[in-house]
Amino acid sequence: MDVDLGELGFDRGGHLLVKRALHGVPVGRRVVVRGDDPHLPIHLRAWCRAQGHRFHLGPPPTVERGDAHEGRWRGAERAGHVDPARPDAVAEHPPARWGLAARGATVEAGSPPMHFGLDRRVEVWADEAAALYAQAVAAQWDPSTAIDWSAAVDLPPEIEDAVVQVMTYLIENETAALLVPARALGRIHPHFREVMQLLAIQVADEARHIEVFTRRATLRREHLGLSTAGGQASLKTLLDEPDFALASLLLSVLGEGSFLSLLWFLHEHAPDPVTRDVARLAAQDEARHVAFGLAHLRRHVQVDPSLRGRLAAAVHQRHQALAHTAGLNEEVFDSLVLIAAGGWEPRDILRGWQAVQALEHDMDQGRRKRLVRLGFDEAQAEALSELHTRNFM
Amino acid sequence: MTNTILMGAVAYDPKVVTIWEGFVAWFAERGLDFDFVLYSNYEQQVRSHLAGHVHVAWNSPLAWLQTERVAQRLGRRAEAIAMRDTDMDLTSVIVVRADGPIQTLEDLAGRTVAVGAADSPQATLIPLEHLAAAGLTPGERFTVRTFDVLVGKHGDHIGGERDAARALAGGEVDAACMIDGNHLLFAKEGTLPPGSTRVLAQTSPYDHCNFTVLDDAPAPLVARFRELLLSMRYDDPVVRPLLDLEGLKEWRPGRTAGYAPLQAALERFGTIDAFVDEVVARQG
Repeated sequence: MDVDLGELGFDRGGHLLVKRALHGVPVGRRVVVRGDDPHLPIHLRAWCRAQGHRFHLGPPPTVERGDAHEGRWRGAERAGHVDPARPDAVAEHPPARWGLAARGATVEAGSPPMHFGLDRRVEVWADEAAALYAQAVAAQWDPSTAIDWSAAVDLPPEIEDAVVQVMTYLIENETAALLVPARALGRIHPHFREVMQLLAIQVADEARHIEVFTRRATLRREHLGLSTAGGQASLKTLLDEPDFALASLLLSVLGEGSFLSLLWFLHEHAPDPVTRDVARLAAQDEARHVAFGLAHLRRHVQVDPSLRGRLAAAVHQRHQALAHTAGLNEEVFDSLVLIAAGGWEPRDILRGWQAVQALEHDMDQGRRKRLVRLGFDEAQAEALSELHTRNFM
Repeated sequence: MTNTILMGAVAYDPKVVTIWEGFVAWFAERGLDFDFVLYSNYEQQVRSHLAGHVHVAWNSPLAWLQTERVAQRLGRRAEAIAMRDTDMDLTSVIVVRADGPIQTLEDLAGRTVAVGAADSPQATLIPLEHLAAAGLTPGERFTVRTFDVLVGKHGDHIGGERDAARALAGGEVDAACMIDGNHLLFAKEGTLPPGSTRVLAQTSPYDHCNFTVLDDAPAPLVARFRELLLSMRYDDPVVRPLLDLEGLKEWRPGRTAGYAPLQAALERFGTIDAFVDEVVARQG
């Protein structure tokens, strides 16, 4: 077997041709290396020594294939399969030694172990993950073009203040909704690629929401509204929850589910087109977040029915932790009433107040429905829904 | 502790600790109590080896020849029991700028040649011997410029060689000496861009490091150590990273036929004479 490098030297990639030729011969057999570069015999000798091949000066120089390269790939294992639909594609418990390797890659033995806390399929997986991710990618909108920021926004000052207060509240809550999946993201074993991708884009969604809520809030005002201790206390319990399943329930299923209702409420009662569009676009994204939370929890509960008990306990515990707090701050509540009212006549306020009651009823119904989908019975769902934070999220 | 085999090695780089700690564990799993001692320089290692502080010394070629010569003078015997596949058949090259006027060795007369550390076999002693044997006596027919990085480590650290290469690239010297593999490495990393240099001469092949034992080493322990070394396989994922760090694919039985070029250099330049006298005086 012969290989001719022509003018190409080993200092300019010549080794690729020699490697290719060696690949075609069995261990112990020889390849004659020809070439015009004057340093070829010198470099070839050094290269062979480092690679574990035997060098024969000749002339012409000859390389006898060693077995070190083969040795390196002995014991390598395939880390599942790229296509999650294939049977056994996604491992139940991918090992730490697969590290960052793509699912479906062949992983060299001896790769450094990397420890990911969320490394069990039952904890994070949903078959819907890939589809939800694809939807999310397709639905990414550009804040500067998806909303007509030049549309007329000329509200009576108190209603503008109300909108700003609600936006302030939304930003704070979306910040929690960004941070919770962000923390989980760093702990998920990359073998669960679709879940990792989905959470990454969920974080991007929330970043976008924070952007547009901020922009709406500052269209006519220089300063934002109030942030309350009670609201922050409620959100802190989400950030403090280390268990992924429990955090998913509290944030995505219960919290973002309630939020979804709130955003559609804002869309319906929006006093200006910008508020209306901002609410709609955010709601579309939140629906996907809720869907994923539900999907992976449903699967998890099916595999491990005892999870339901822990989920219920988490709701109880959170309720107790927040028992001393004031709940939804009165400024946000009043702002929602005023936005729905649209005016200061007593009958407007009544209409607004009733709309917010209906909103809370909607939120409760939504939470119950989702809890039932997770396998709780109606009575349990009602009780747990009632214990949900008064902050909405 | 008669069941422990103690090896001396020179700490030329922090990775030396990682390597030998790794091997301690590997040997222990196979029932061999192996431990290591680190020295900051080969001379101290050689002294300590001869004083019986360690059973086996992971020696540079210079340290091997120092030990062999002292042993001879003391009526003792030194043996090279194992070495790396990468310790065999190295060559060094003398390199000049491609666009320069130097075409033959004789053209080096009156010029400056850069070498590595004064005690580096591959970057200094062997290439200078090659030149001297061709009639170009270092220091007389041409100027030697030494890049003394980490003297005492016998050129284990590549620093001196790289500095010599940079001096060549920068036009400060007319030629530089280095191992064949480093000429390729320097081309890839840009220290000597491809096509910018020409190899003027290449030495004959020579050998590098080896595991040295003296005649008073505990024979069964040494035999077991050697047996286990030679049994290490590159396809074993536990040992492969250690082999990669230490720079080999497999261990080979030791041989001494490849030390002739360095031996010739030592005889001509008298490099180790004073050291050998000192050790013999202390031990004898």
